[in-house]
Parts: sequence; structure tokens; C-alpha cells
Amino acid sequence: MGLRRVTALTKKNVKMFTRQPAVLFLLLLFPIIVTATFGLAFGGMGEGGVTNFDVGLLNLDTATTDAQWAGNFEGNLTELDGITVLHYEANETGQAELLQGNLDAFIVIPEGFGDSCTSYWNSPFNGSSWTNTTVELYVDSGSMIASSAVPPLVQQIILTTMFGSEATTLDLPVDMGSPSMVEASTFSQWDFMAPGIFAFASIFMIMIVAQSLTMERDGGLLKRLGTTPLKSHEFMLSQVIAYMVIAVIQVLLVFTTSYAIGYRPATDVSGLAFAFAILLAFSLVNVGFGLIAATISKSAEIASGVSFIFIMPQMFLGTFMPLGGGAEIVGQFMPSNYVTNALTTIFLRGAPVSTLSIWIDLALVFAIGMVVLLVGIVLFRRYGTR
Amino acid sequence: MSSTITEHAIKIENLTKRFEEVTAVDRLSLEIGWGELFGLLGPNGAGKSTVINILSTLLEPSEGVAAVADHDVVFDADAVREMIGVCPQEPAFYEHLTGRENIELFGDLHDVPRDVLKERVENMLEKIGMVEDADRRAGQYSGGMIRRVSTVMALINDPRVALLDEPTVAMDPVSKRAVWDFIRELKSNGKAIILTTHYMEEAEELCDRVGIIDQGKLIALGTPTELMLQHNAENLEEVFIKLTGKQLREAV
Repeated sequence: MGLRRVTALTKKNVKMFTRQPAVLFLLLLFPIIVTATFGLAFGGMGEGGVTNFDVGLLNLDTATTDAQWAGNFEGNLTELDGITVLHYEANETGQAELLQGNLDAFIVIPEGFGDSCTSYWNSPFNGSSWTNTTVELYVDSGSMIASSAVPPLVQQIILTTMFGSEATTLDLPVDMGSPSMVEASTFSQWDFMAPGIFAFASIFMIMIVAQSLTMERDGGLLKRLGTTPLKSHEFMLSQVIAYMVIAVIQVLLVFTTSYAIGYRPATDVSGLAFAFAILLAFSLVNVGFGLIAATISKSAEIASGVSFIFIMPQMFLGTFMPLGGGAEIVGQFMPSNYVTNALTTIFLRGAPVSTLSIWIDLALVFAIGMVVLLVGIVLFRRYGTR
Repeated sequence: MSSTITEHAIKIENLTKRFEEVTAVDRLSLEIGWGELFGLLGPNGAGKSTVINILSTLLEPSEGVAAVADHDVVFDADAVREMIGVCPQEPAFYEHLTGRENIELFGDLHDVPRDVLKERVENMLEKIGMVEDADRRAGQYSGGMIRRVSTVMALINDPRVALLDEPTVAMDPVSKRAVWDFIRELKSNGKAIILTTHYMEEAEELCDRVGIIDQGKLIALGTPTELMLQHNAENLEEVFIKLTGKQLREAV
């Protein structure tokens, strides 16, 4: 083993990375941008803070002797935290505001609402004597949160209006034992995505490996190196070391960026060290896929396209995309999936590093990395250097 | 690096290389001595580069044997790579490294002692007139500068055998002269050199002996003077025309 040759080629590779703006972008800037933009975009979503809904209200039950029922409904709605009530005189105006996204929901109290309420209390156990009406609720279909949060709130207002505020605190024979043990989630959407983003950030290494090797081959450099005492295993080792150096820098940058935008994973130094280890193991997978992509590509341009054969499945079936059904089964074959799983366990679930499942994930990623890398080396040595 | 003195620097016997239906080199036999500058002449496609590629261990012969300092290029390829310096026809280099870094890289690959390498790099850069530009990225060099750097990359290990595949092709006169001086100095240091070229004046100027090959076959072998006398020609260009019935440059 020529240590000097390996060192010289490793240094050469690192210099080449740092002197090519496009490569620097993909290897270093891209992970930072992905982390920062996703973190900022999803960091504030769903983290348990108070969300405010603008609700439009049209009361058509004004010409009745039981107008206090509609007044109570309106009062209960207004008192609710996080609801801002806006009054409308016409259905069309409210609907138009909803369509333009200026309202999260629009409620129409129908004519006869008060009569309905009164008819119930006149004969609570005789449903056939009730006067039925329907409170119309329209929610902003463009808002996932409003669609899911507003209807139960309105249901609660109707109950409170009909039965009073005690209606929601009925004595029940079954009670919750330790309410203090159940905490409302303070996680943002970013907390759920971050483990996948960390895996995603290094996937594009595949393309850089494939491009740089095909460029060296096309430029006659691999041939020229072949006339020197350099052994092929020394060449391959220098490639792996250079990309591991890049992977270390990538992980550091992604962690630092996440921290800078306020991400605090539920783990300690040992958890971070584990994350480091599994992401480095994952870089072996990416170097291996890069070698395979370089082997089957005739030129650097083709290598870029071919790389996506390996990038896309790992990206969509193993990082931050929610999986279900068949996709979840296919995802089991993606090395990135095990990286995301392990990071989710330590970052989100707060599991200690002694947790068996994360070590199984690490072992799997490392084993897959070694196999893919060896296959890549064998294929590239046999077919890729020509 | 082996220091054994062998009779021949290069010995080729019945060397044949076929690429499917095409025979690039056809039963070529040659012996080249130490301190000899041997010119391999012929048009593009004659088989010159194939011979160089076999001697530099990049290609395996279909038939016959080739040895560098008695080391078989197939069975003892590692030993061959220790003692050769190869300047390829297309100057392969890392365009994002500087000229100096490219040269130093090849010195490192040949395990040239660091202090020797440093001194040698400065010395060689001076000889090829590249001191001023050595720390610029090679991608910014002109074609002539690249070829000069490429020649130094090939010779930085002070090889016992230099294989120079058209080192001066498309080179400006100044660069060409610098490389010629460089090659002459190598020869005076007892190195064996194979120089492929289709420039007849280059062969006449530099080579002790020349071999003319056409369609993979050696059709003439001798000193430039011998060949010109033998074929009653004023220069090697005329020798080639008389032997093949075609102009060398037109065939390029």
C-alpha cells in the first residue's frame, strides 16, 4: 500500500472539489440551502402554538322571537381563543372572501335557528316535535389546518349554545389516570422532517462521484494514472477517503445550519455522534452508487442523468416523504430509509443510543454500504476505466 | 526502481495487437539500447500509439512479447511502471490543479523523495520556461504550455525509459524547441527514449535511429542517414513516400 500515493490523490480530489463552483454547490451549499429552507419553511408549522382562525359569520335568524340563541352562538364563538369573528351581511360576500383566502371558515346561522333550539327544550325527548335547521359551515379547502380544526370547534360551539358550558365537562365513569403524562406535542413539521433531510442532504454525492470519475476517464487521466506505479486499490481508497472527508463536512454543515435555525434534537452528544456515524456509513452507499453510475455512463453528461436512477428512489422512498402502502414496502429496500429511521428514533423519539433498533439500522446501512461500494469498485475496475 | 543493467532497454519480438478485425500492430520486432533515442514514425493510425500503450502496460499484446529492461510488460507490469515515464498523445492533466500541482502529483505517485521532487520540479519548470505560470490552474494554459507541462509530468520520476507519444504535436516553435532540448538532455543522461512522431524534421533532428511503420508493419529501420542513403532520398519524408507511395502528412 502506497500511503503517499493515496494521500496525494486524496488531496488532489479535495482540491478538485473546492475549486469547482458547481461541485462545491452540490456538495456543500446544497445541503445547507435544503436544511435552511426546509427548516425555516416548516419550523413554525404545528409546533403547538396558538393558531388564529378568521371566521366569517352571517346571522340570518334576526327576525325571530328567539334571537338570543343566535346571539349566544355568536358570543360563544367570539369567546373562543384563536377565533376572530368577522360579521357579514350577505352570503355572497362571505363566500367571495373565503374563495380569496381571506377567511379560514364561513358560518351561516340559518333562519329558524332559535326556533330549533327552543323546540328542543320544549320537548327534549320527543324528536318528532323538533324544528330542524342546519348551521352551514364552509371551510377554506386550501388550508389543511382549517379543514381539520374548525369543524370540531363549531360542533363544540353548537353544544355549548344548546346545553351551556357544563355540557363539555360531564361526569363520566371512565377517567384519564395521569393527564400530566400526556403532553401536547410541541414538535413542528420540521422536527418530523429533519431526520430525513439529514439523509437527503448527502444523496447528491452519487452524482459528483459519477461525474468526476467519468471526467477523469474521458480526459485520459485514468489511463495516464495506469502507467504509474499506482495500484487500482490505492486509487479507489483515495476516492473513498476524499468523499468521506466531504461527508464529514456535509454532516457538520447540516447540523450547524439546523442548530442555527433553532433545531434542537431530543438527544445528547452521544446521539449526535451516532448520527455522525450512520451518515458516514451512508456516504459509503452513495460512493458505491456513484461508481456504478460512472461504470454504466459513457460521459460525464450521461453520468448526471444516470445518477438520478439511484438518487430519486432513495430521496422519495427513504427520507422525509411520508410513505404508505406499497411505497412503504419498497422503502424497506432503500438504505436512506434506515438512516432516517435511526435518526427519527434518537432525534424525535428521544431514544438513548443504547436502543437496539438504531444499532441494527447502523449495521444494515454499513453492510449495504460495503456491499454497494465493493460492487461499484469491481464494476468500475472491470468496465468503467475503458 | 531496479538498477540492474540489462542489454536492451526495450525488446519487442513479433508483437501483434488486434482489435477485433483490425490488426493495429503486425509482428513488430525491435531492440532499443540504453541512451538511444528511437523514433517511431508513421501516419496516424499506423500503430505507433498502440506500441506505446503496450509498452506502458495499458494494453496487452495479442501475440508476441515486449519487455522493458527485461521486465515483461504483461507478467511484470508493476516493475515496468516503476521505470517508465509516459507522455500520452492527448495531454491528460487535471485542469483545476496548477501546473506545479499536476507535476508534483505524478512525482508523488512515483514516490520521488520529497526533497528531490521539490528541486526537480523547479529545475524542470525552468527548463521548459514555465516558472512564471507554474502556479496558474492548468485549465487556463495554452495548448503549447499544456504539452510542456505534460512532458514534465511524464519525466518527473527521472524514468529509465521514456515513452513520448507525439509530444510536440500542434506545439508552437518555442515550446517545441524547449521540449527538444529537454529530450536531448534525457538522452545524454543515458535514458532510452521512444519518440513517436509524424514530423520528419523532428525525427531527423533528434533520433539516433528510426523505425517507419505503416498499417502496423515495420517497413524500414535504421539511422536517418542510413535510410536516406539506402533509398537515395534527401530527407525522411522522401524515404516514406518511396516506401509507401503516399505522402506522410497527407496520410495524417
